[in-house]
Amino acid sequence: MAVNEESLKMNLLTVSPSPHITSSESIPKIMWSVNAALVPAVIFAAWYFGMPAIITMLVGVVSAVATEYLVQIIRKKEVTIKDGSAVLTGLLLAMCLPPNLPWYMTAFGSFLAIAVAKQSLGGLGYNIFNPAHIGRAALMVSWPVAMTTWTKMTTPVDVVSSATPLNILKQQGYAKLIETFGDAPNMYKAMFLGMRNGSIGETSAVLLILGGLFLIYKGYIKWEVPVVMIGTVGILTWVFGPSGLFTGDAVFHMLAGGLIIGAFFMATDMVTIPITRKGQIIFALGAGLLTVLIRLKGGYPEGVCYSILLMNCVTPLIDRFVTPKKFGARR
Amino acid sequence: MKSFHGGVHPDDSKKYTAAKPIETAPLPAKVIIPLRQHIGAPVSPIVKKGDTVKKGQLIAQSDAFVSGNVHASISGKVVEIADYPHSVFGSCMSIVIENDGLDEWVEGIPVQRQWEKLDAKELSGIIREAGIVGMGGATFPTHVKLAPPPDKKIDTFILNAAECEPFLTADYRAMLEYTERIVTGVKITMKVLGVSTGYVGVEDNKPDAVKALQNAFNGTQVKVMALPTKYPQGAEKMLIKVLTGREVPSGGLPMDVGTVVQNVGTVVAISDAATKGIPLIERVVTVSGSAVKEPKNLLMRVGSTFADALSCCGGLSGELVKIINGGPMMGFAQSTMDVPVIKGTSGILFLSKKDVNYDKESACIHCGRCVEACPMGLNPSMLSVLGERQLYVEAKEEYDLLDCMECGSCVYVCPAKRKIVQYIRYAKAQNAIQAQKEQAKVAV
Repeated sequence: MAVNEESLKMNLLTVSPSPHITSSESIPKIMWSVNAALVPAVIFAAWYFGMPAIITMLVGVVSAVATEYLVQIIRKKEVTIKDGSAVLTGLLLAMCLPPNLPWYMTAFGSFLAIAVAKQSLGGLGYNIFNPAHIGRAALMVSWPVAMTTWTKMTTPVDVVSSATPLNILKQQGYAKLIETFGDAPNMYKAMFLGMRNGSIGETSAVLLILGGLFLIYKGYIKWEVPVVMIGTVGILTWVFGPSGLFTGDAVFHMLAGGLIIGAFFMATDMVTIPITRKGQIIFALGAGLLTVLIRLKGGYPEGVCYSILLMNCVTPLIDRFVTPKKFGARR
Repeated sequence: MKSFHGGVHPDDSKKYTAAKPIETAPLPAKVIIPLRQHIGAPVSPIVKKGDTVKKGQLIAQSDAFVSGNVHASISGKVVEIADYPHSVFGSCMSIVIENDGLDEWVEGIPVQRQWEKLDAKELSGIIREAGIVGMGGATFPTHVKLAPPPDKKIDTFILNAAECEPFLTADYRAMLEYTERIVTGVKITMKVLGVSTGYVGVEDNKPDAVKALQNAFNGTQVKVMALPTKYPQGAEKMLIKVLTGREVPSGGLPMDVGTVVQNVGTVVAISDAATKGIPLIERVVTVSGSAVKEPKNLLMRVGSTFADALSCCGGLSGELVKIINGGPMMGFAQSTMDVPVIKGTSGILFLSKKDVNYDKESACIHCGRCVEACPMGLNPSMLSVLGERQLYVEAKEEYDLLDCMECGSCVYVCPAKRKIVQYIRYAKAQNAIQAQKEQAKVAV
């Protein structure tokens, strides 16, 4: 009888299909973890480049979040700014920009990244291209001069030249590049630690790698992607060196430009890359290949952004043909 | 030991009942015995309202081979034959027997029998008579599984003792307490199949069960293997792969790779039927979950209700929001606790709010966790999207929709909380409807 009384008191039962338990994994958890992984590099940039970098990063994040909020209000969709994905897009974009880019350009880039590259396609999960890289590409064609102007600046450490290492390489050659840093080991050290000019978040390889390792440990990105992409760039730049085969400076190319941040944080953007491990390796290989092509043969000194965007285009194609190994497939 | 691809590691939640010996539940005032407790042809009642029946008496049967006899699980009076709630099919014609409190066996049961003296055919007949079906939950008639077509050569028998569903400990307790009956059941099954190689696959989170079975099977051709604890280790295809290295082909059955798999509860029932002539009228059920005062492993008569199970376990503690027939990964949520325990009911979970999630689904972010988790090597992300967009044919023909066994690993890991299995089930149903329509067209 006790049971019957209890059934009467019972509220309605939840009836839903199996499985009835799920892991604690969630989109906000992933997005905020990626943001957290960028924090060391952000702090370094704030210290190294100072106020201009802080302002650019703030403007990038705030305008990305504001754009997402406005678009979702206008479209009468659920506001998802708390999931951390807009923050991430704004931050990643800012980290790919010169520290003292005028604030309205940064804001415009963030607006485009969120409004056009992400929300116009349906929001998180539906975007084809990496939104941050679309923002950067749009700024490149809108304000090419501002986007490639690095002012000579005094940092807490020393005075850095007004050009990025890749710019020096492109315009003045390898010898001049070495001369700028004194010698090769000095150059590697400066680039590894981040004591050189460049975009806000592109400079400190070691801190970016640290963040990337955290994401690999958490299982949010696959180690194969950065390893294959950076490896491809290293091997190809070494093979196709300036003075004949096997004379290139692989270490320099692997540390230069946006490769580290691109390989760990952009080429691993789950929404815009293939879904299978094999597919992601192909993606990384292609992105590495295109990066080298642009760096060595193209008009731009750097090609990470465009190479990843180009590979984003073929992601659906890769997914179509590179499928998981099916259990019990009839052979 | 080489594991299978994919799988997930949910908290096994077995600690609530693992140490609780099997307890015989008091007889219920009445039992509701559904006519559908198996896969295959429906059975028809051979008793009518007002009849007096005894425990173990055959009350419903079918002439079809792929079917399962149904027996009275208590002695008493048939008071009703009507539609009642069913834990898997929603509702089902059921025979209701009012308990006369005598618990008398029907004449001729139990018997003392030397199963060794019986041949394979006789044993198989006994199994069929006893109404034994797969007790892991699939409820496929056992005598059918033990009679593969002549072109399928069976060389290996596998006892599925993985019990990979969280919470469930019914098989685990049986392994510790019914060890001898399990050994007998396995021997009988292997005799019926005419095989000499046997494996017992146990997840390594049950080391004492592994040890007990290893001792019990010592000196036989049966190898007891501790398998890595990973859901869904107990899925037939995964178990066969891990133990024998063979892969059941897409759309195929274990017999296509020379194997037959039976569950722990099933071989116990086989042993009881062969040695004592007892039909399948009771089974061990794990009653657990955060809303149960005293979780237990109960030996329950078929036809007892979930409410009976709850009252045996001290009633509710906290607010009940979900009842599940089976485990949390593949079990069925119930809308009432007045559903009967059937032959395939391995567990009953009463969950309170803290164990039930109401996560909102969002768009797939393509993270690939489902692809990594899918033991069948499918692309659950794509299947869910195709289901969402009603592209059912494409899902079937290009993304192997029908290979999905609905284990739920993909949903478990999905950060977007997508109801992937729900989309897949719906897409499968739509394909089935389409196939029916086409068949109808051909018939016209």
